[in-house]
Amino acid sequence: MAEITYLEAIREALDEEMARDPNVFLLGEDIGVFGGAFKVTEGLLAKYGEPRVIDSPISEIAIVGAAAGAAHMGMRPVVEMQFIDFVANAYDMLTNYVATARYRAFLPCPMVVRGPSGGYVRGGPFHSQNPEAGFIHTPGLKVVYPATAEDAKGLMKAAIRDEDCVLFFEHKYLYRRVKGVMPAGDHVVPIGKARTARDGRDLSIITYAATVHKALDAAEQLQAEGISAEVIDLRTLAPLDDEAIFNTVRKTNRVLVVHEDTRTGGIAGEITARINESCFAHLDAPVLRVTAHDIPLPYAPALEDFVLPQVADIVTAAKRLVQW
Amino acid sequence: MMSRRRRTSDGPGGQHLGDLLPLERKLELYYWMRLTRTLEERLVALYRQTKVVGGLFRSLGQEADAVGSCYALEHRDVMSPLIRNMGAMLVKGATPVEILKQYMAKGDSPTRGRELNIHFGDIGAAGATRGFLGQISPLGDMVPVMAGVTLSFKMRGEDRVGLVYVGDGATSTGAFHEGINFAAVQRLPLVVIIENNGYAYSTPTAKQTAAKQFVDKAIGYGVYGEQVDGNDVLAVYDCTKRAVDRARAGEGVSLLEFMTFRRKGHAEHDNQSYVPPGEIELWAKENDPIDRYVQVLRQREKVPQATLDDIDARIGREVDAATDVAEAAPFPQPLDALLGVYADPPAERPLWYREGADVSSLGKERAEGWGTWDASKGGPR
Repeated sequence: MAEITYLEAIREALDEEMARDPNVFLLGEDIGVFGGAFKVTEGLLAKYGEPRVIDSPISEIAIVGAAAGAAHMGMRPVVEMQFIDFVANAYDMLTNYVATARYRAFLPCPMVVRGPSGGYVRGGPFHSQNPEAGFIHTPGLKVVYPATAEDAKGLMKAAIRDEDCVLFFEHKYLYRRVKGVMPAGDHVVPIGKARTARDGRDLSIITYAATVHKALDAAEQLQAEGISAEVIDLRTLAPLDDEAIFNTVRKTNRVLVVHEDTRTGGIAGEITARINESCFAHLDAPVLRVTAHDIPLPYAPALEDFVLPQVADIVTAAKRLVQW
Repeated sequence: MMSRRRRTSDGPGGQHLGDLLPLERKLELYYWMRLTRTLEERLVALYRQTKVVGGLFRSLGQEADAVGSCYALEHRDVMSPLIRNMGAMLVKGATPVEILKQYMAKGDSPTRGRELNIHFGDIGAAGATRGFLGQISPLGDMVPVMAGVTLSFKMRGEDRVGLVYVGDGATSTGAFHEGINFAAVQRLPLVVIIENNGYAYSTPTAKQTAAKQFVDKAIGYGVYGEQVDGNDVLAVYDCTKRAVDRARAGEGVSLLEFMTFRRKGHAEHDNQSYVPPGEIELWAKENDPIDRYVQVLRQREKVPQATLDDIDARIGREVDAATDVAEAAPFPQPLDALLGVYADPPAERPLWYREGADVSSLGKERAEGWGTWDASKGGPR
């Protein structure tokens, strides 16, 4: 089997699910004729035709709202935010309407909201964001954010089959940099399960998405200095895999949480609180965080790289943790 | 696409679709309008007895627009009401018992105590569901959602139409704009009704839009537009039925503006101090939709007063019986709060300090008051 990119893995998942279930359809800006800003949906209009691949007006509220309405009626919409930054326009629809639908009105809302996310790409303030925290905070939504091509495919298939709304963050830095060989057959990765990206014994680095790769690079460097770092790739951010988090804490007793999102109100705070409440006796050091600065993401490479977490930051923090 | 203005009057009676309804169906319209008013009056009584837990939203003076429009739909069609469309929900099959239980936050209400007032629905397959969708409080949001509902009709080739109500205030939202534009571009079988009742909470329409009339917006969206006297139930039916027929024939979206007036406050707590003196009284005296329709039935249709009295008496018995059932219904159990946020997992776990804790005392406190309502005085401040 040939290697395919993270981006191609997502397209393969969309293709397979559209072939499997006639209720699956795509809706978004420039996704049909043009194939999407990053070409994730390229070729799908030609294969499935216009009713199933819809080029929408520039209307994130309408895209998400229409997906919800169609989902109530038994369809399985997968909608694209051209950049995930623009999901802010649909925040009301997602948090007030979609997230509450099942609870307040027993309305099924099986839909996927996907979009290119994240920085390290010189995209500036509106093409680089990681807005996951606001949605993790909203009961009723599920949030996934894969780091590997295999997980990108398997989680997309799981998201489309889920009975509730899943926000699917795709890291655009990984789109063409990360490749993998897809497992044969119907490859579905369950939502809500973290994965051990690297085994270690001295500390645990808990992270997700692009910073999984930063953490793995850092672990390599730490290994050269005799420090064994375990890397946990969360994969799903809502619901969090508490068991996987607590297991690694009990194993290494030292935890570094890393994310590309800004610091205040980021998910690292939540993970730290859960460890504090459930695993305090297992800690040999306080939980530390490596995150972005609390700053809108700037454009110039020197500025962006300063704001975002880098491999060296993870190494520095890991050393501090093991020396505590 | 064209937009036309149309004002009808009770007049001598024309040959529009409302006039052409057989008398039996005309009397059904009367039944639904009267039931709406009587049920709301019962809710006011229950509110004053503090049996309605939250706010109470009236549609006094707007019964014709809700009932006449929804009456133009078929059972398989889907309607999304606004807070003033209890009448439309009744027409579509919502029952007085359901509505009373909702307002009273009962455990076996349609939303099992999760949502307020008439925020509940029943949609899905044609025939198996009654076809009304539970609204949410952020205004305008139901327009994109109904665009999606009708998109599913189009994709599956189903012969079904959608109808969504918004108020004058919701036309100012982004959701309204995006939703109607999307539906127009996709040529979806959707009827969008703007109920222009003069006020969005306390804000008059002059502060909502610089457009001379809301129906003018139809031109901008490239959809059919029509304005109608919202207090003339037969004219409302006629206008809506033609829009529904167009949608069913594949002719796309219609934007209808119903001219009416909100004779009560935004909710029961609102003392309407912002309405110019005399305006409410004038509408009550000269333009009450039920009074007007009674005149049509009595004078033009020669319906004996006794026939209408019989309907009123039947409604009284129905509302009494529904009230008894709703009052006897249980409140939800506190732990029910944990159920059904997701399909999987089906329940959330209680926080550790609630595990096994005594929760029997929860839920006894009632809100002191909202806006200009003062619970201690049992009336507006």
